[in-house]
Amino acid sequence: MDTPHIEFRNVSTRYGSKPVLKNVSFTVGRNEVFGIIGPANSGKTTMLKAVNRTLEFVSGSARTGEIFIGGKETSKMDPNALRRRIGMVFPLPVGLPMTVWENVAYAPRRMGITAKKDLDPIVERCLRQSVLWDEVKDRLDLLGTRLSGGQQQRLTLARALSLSPEILCLDEFSIAIDPVTTMRIEEVLKELRKSMTILLVTNLVQQARRLADRTMFFWNGEIIECDRTERIFGDQPADRRTFDYVNGVFG
Amino acid sequence: MSTPTAATLPSPVAKNPFAPGAFELRKARALTRRKWMTLGFCLLLIIPLFAILIDIFVKALPALSLDYLWENPTDKGKTGGLWAPLIGTFYLVIGSLLVVTPIGILAAIYLNEYAKDGWLTRTIGITVTSLAGVPSIVHALFGLGAFVLGLLPVVNGFLMSTGLVDKKWEAGLLTASLTVAVMNLPVIITSTREALGAVPMAFREACWNLGATRFQTIRTVVLPNSLSGILTGIILVVSRAAGETAPILFTGATFIKFIADSGIEKIFPYTPGEPFMAMSMHLNIISNQISQMPEAMKYGCAAVLIALILAINSVSIALRVWLRSRKRW
Repeated sequence: MDTPHIEFRNVSTRYGSKPVLKNVSFTVGRNEVFGIIGPANSGKTTMLKAVNRTLEFVSGSARTGEIFIGGKETSKMDPNALRRRIGMVFPLPVGLPMTVWENVAYAPRRMGITAKKDLDPIVERCLRQSVLWDEVKDRLDLLGTRLSGGQQQRLTLARALSLSPEILCLDEFSIAIDPVTTMRIEEVLKELRKSMTILLVTNLVQQARRLADRTMFFWNGEIIECDRTERIFGDQPADRRTFDYVNGVFG
Repeated sequence: MSTPTAATLPSPVAKNPFAPGAFELRKARALTRRKWMTLGFCLLLIIPLFAILIDIFVKALPALSLDYLWENPTDKGKTGGLWAPLIGTFYLVIGSLLVVTPIGILAAIYLNEYAKDGWLTRTIGITVTSLAGVPSIVHALFGLGAFVLGLLPVVNGFLMSTGLVDKKWEAGLLTASLTVAVMNLPVIITSTREALGAVPMAFREACWNLGATRFQTIRTVVLPNSLSGILTGIILVVSRAAGETAPILFTGATFIKFIADSGIEKIFPYTPGEPFMAMSMHLNIISNQISQMPEAMKYGCAAVLIALILAINSVSIALRVWLRSRKRW
């Protein structure tokens, strides 16, 4: 059996004395789309921050347990090298205060790619993948902060793709994006999964149903259920709460 | 039951339903009253300021001319111009900026960007803020002890051992600049920290998520977007350095120092190790220590000092307006 691409082994985190993740263990296979659903404050975002170790920037946070990526324990890696392998999109759209072109070229430039002729194709590829190219191709020198909320969100996605990461973490990526564009991005994600593993945190349970191979229902820092998406969304999930949540009884 | 007809309904023309009632009228009157009251206090502040400025400039008028700026003072400042103190103040400002800017900005970057929020960081923060409130005369005494009595002998020992100079350095531009720098350090640190803190955290997090190091993030996103605030702080410090008398009182400034009237030595009149003249010191002495000082000379000196500081502050305001127009979020 292959080594799983991402493995959480008994991971617990806390902010100060407040526990967030409680002894979480799961694995995600290579090129899998892994949906994570659950109500607010259940630790979904914290989990993604634990994957790329930006949790360390939150003062008072602490993590125990082990997270493996490609069979290697992340806490022994160089954090910046780790983060370059993981594309991360958080729900708040953030256009950096520089031009659209510079926004997308930001990470490659920090990696030492400086020639414009090398950067231009990267910028175009990422903007196409995030379905933003047609809207900004004639004004790449516009400030990223001047774009609309939904455009900034796609810009954030384009930035996350700029280093061709092997793992893409999407945290509510479609929250500021209209349904039609969301559908187009979802089509792109189906393409991208050929080359990367996707962790998809979403409050739109139907989005997980459309995209994910497996889905995890997460509640209060604990895994309630983690199974094939058809089963989670079917008539007979293992836990009653999963059924209630995905069918809109609560949550 | 009858349906209402046009006759039974209240006429929309007869009474404006949006006309202000007694309550709204009372509120509007109170608003007007408060507006005039605050305007009154505002004028109360501005009128004396303008009165002082006009008084000074009118009384200084007989003395003011380009030669007044360019010539050296003669006969204890009773005649001649202001060149020697003016150029002294210039080098004092430059010298103190050379020390305070790098140290202050780097300290602020450390405190704001690198230091973890803990008791130590908070203590340093409180200390810096309290230092800003220390009276300048205390800084002067500190400078006397630390730089004139402490540092100078060390510097002289070094200079003598190298044989570069034949005369021991005295209290002068070096010690005065250091003292003014220490006085202004908390100002620079506080203003820089505020400027850095105004850059949204989300920008930093976005960069970290892309694998940028802390330093790359600071260089590419934080510093370029906090430059206006940092520059404003620096310019504030310039006008403070130019205007303060106390910190240079014991640390190098003097009242009478003859410098060259022409040539390159007129532009570079002072070595770091000899007493120098400065505007604030000059004004302090001629306004109350010299008998039979012509009125116009006193007011002239004050007018030039005020004009200098106003000019520096205007640059600061212009810079801030310009940079704000380029604000990128």
